[in-house]
Amino acid sequence: MKWLDQIWVQNLCLLAGYALLARLVLWGMRSERWQSAWKHLRRDRVGMLSLCVILFYLLVGTLESISLPSPSGSLTVLQRLTQSIPQEKSYAAPFTTAALSVSDPKPLLGRHVLGTDALGRDTLVQTLRATRSALWIGGLTSLIYIPLGVLLGLMAGYYRRWVDDAVQYLYSTVAAVPEILMLVAILMVLGKGLGSMAIALGITGWVGMARLIRGETLRQVERPYITAAKSLGQSDWKILTRHLLPNVMHLVLIKFVLGFSGLVLAEAVLSYLGVGAPVGTASWGTMIDASRSELSREPLVWWNLTASSCALFLMVLALNLFGDALQRAFDPKRGS
Amino acid sequence: MLSLRNLSIDFGTGPDRVRAVKGINLAIGAGETVALVGESGSGKSVTGMALTRLLPEPPAVYAGGEILFEGRDVLKMSPDELRRLRGGKIAYVFQEPSTSLNPVFTIRSQLAEAIRLHRPEVKEVDAEVVHYLDLVGIVDAAKRVNDYPHQLSGGMQQRVMIAMALACHPQLLVADEPTTALDVTVQAQILDQMRELKKRLKMAMLLITHNFGIIGGIADRVAVMFRGDIVEEGTTEEVLRNPQHAYTKALIGCIPQLGQRRRRLVTIDHSTLG
Repeated sequence: MKWLDQIWVQNLCLLAGYALLARLVLWGMRSERWQSAWKHLRRDRVGMLSLCVILFYLLVGTLESISLPSPSGSLTVLQRLTQSIPQEKSYAAPFTTAALSVSDPKPLLGRHVLGTDALGRDTLVQTLRATRSALWIGGLTSLIYIPLGVLLGLMAGYYRRWVDDAVQYLYSTVAAVPEILMLVAILMVLGKGLGSMAIALGITGWVGMARLIRGETLRQVERPYITAAKSLGQSDWKILTRHLLPNVMHLVLIKFVLGFSGLVLAEAVLSYLGVGAPVGTASWGTMIDASRSELSREPLVWWNLTASSCALFLMVLALNLFGDALQRAFDPKRGS
Repeated sequence: MLSLRNLSIDFGTGPDRVRAVKGINLAIGAGETVALVGESGSGKSVTGMALTRLLPEPPAVYAGGEILFEGRDVLKMSPDELRRLRGGKIAYVFQEPSTSLNPVFTIRSQLAEAIRLHRPEVKEVDAEVVHYLDLVGIVDAAKRVNDYPHQLSGGMQQRVMIAMALACHPQLLVADEPTTALDVTVQAQILDQMRELKKRLKMAMLLITHNFGIIGGIADRVAVMFRGDIVEEGTTEEVLRNPQHAYTKALIGCIPQLGQRRRRLVTIDHSTLG
């Protein structure tokens, strides 16, 4: 799976992901249900605030994803922007002017808002750069598990009988294996890397989506417009894609946002376990993993752990709050 | 054109198996309108759905008999043939117009889809959509095509459903309680429209209803269905004027008459019908 770790492949996928998201939203805008949900969402302060936070993360992740050629090899836009921040020799505490050393407190080359890590890199920059890994994992995994889960869920709910049995058997089996065990096993086979991590998470992650879509499809199939479509002589595939899919799409969006935070967390957990992002990749999981031992140092180095944890926490919180806001906005029983 | 021979339909399996349609015979000629009248649960809608094998199997089981459409047995057709039959030869209009249209698409795209499906030779699909909306009496059709189903009234929605059915040039239109969900004034408008369209387009129609009051002037013949059986059949005039079967008499007696002096409305006493 080494090709998935190529920068240009990842950037291409990122663009594809944005295009897909834009298409989804534009397409949803035509539906009355989405329009009224948007009206409701606009008045939801928490929802809009979390949406802003998410958009900020998306911006940072995008800046880190676009590479520009430069004399000293290709640099990302984010690296270019932060080039003026010098690299120190080793640890430096936030806002100090001297290096973190009792014996030899040399003056620093510059100020660091959040200090530096063991290699003297600015922690704030590293934290921002790690956004890319999180978005990349969340995005690629979503691209794998959403089509899989939606398709299997729709087919199970629409065809019933043996198709339903087969899909249920499949997801019960996947759900019965402890998830972390399965993830580690798949990663061992595929090798370390963000790409293989996304594949592993995708293989285990479609179960919830398939269940949700199956349930909703079972409900929608009973509605007369499906019978009407059938009585017009439309093929099963057309009914699935043109009639059922648009009517379950709002659930896909909600699940996608809520699931994204879980994927970002899973990335951190796997990197912490040492089977995740390869060395050298900026990721919150690897940052937390690296700063584990720093906590026992004297004087204490707390900023690396704090920065990465807070960034992770804020993203997951924003995603969850936004997911909840979406759910409220799409809830037909919300009353307003 | 269409004839049902000894058609039986069951629901469920094993000891729970119920016979919903008990070996009925019915024929509809080209251009003819037949009304299938009966109370709820009498099997009239099931019969209508069975014509193109629309009933979900299971629980439905086609237990016996034949459905001959232009000499071919529908029950023996392949899925592909069935798809061409549905909509293309036999089109439906259902009871609930508000839920029979897909809520997330404009009426233009829904009608256009139907036309492309069954009449691929049509080039100007948009013009054809407007033409059919005009035909069913939608005012300012060219503007209304961009509306979503929820922006239309119930009567308008039903007109769109009828337009969608007609746009495929079917030979037989099955109208399953087409006016039940609408209020009385709109009912009358829709029925007038259907009466006129029937004359103009010369297609056959199977009108399924529980209401004897609406079939006069539309239906050439009436078949009365009771507990899964056709108990009486004849020309509309004959049956309305001189009903033979006790159930038919009872059903006609239930229609409230204008100026009638009665405290209670008549109901059917099933214990006397056997």
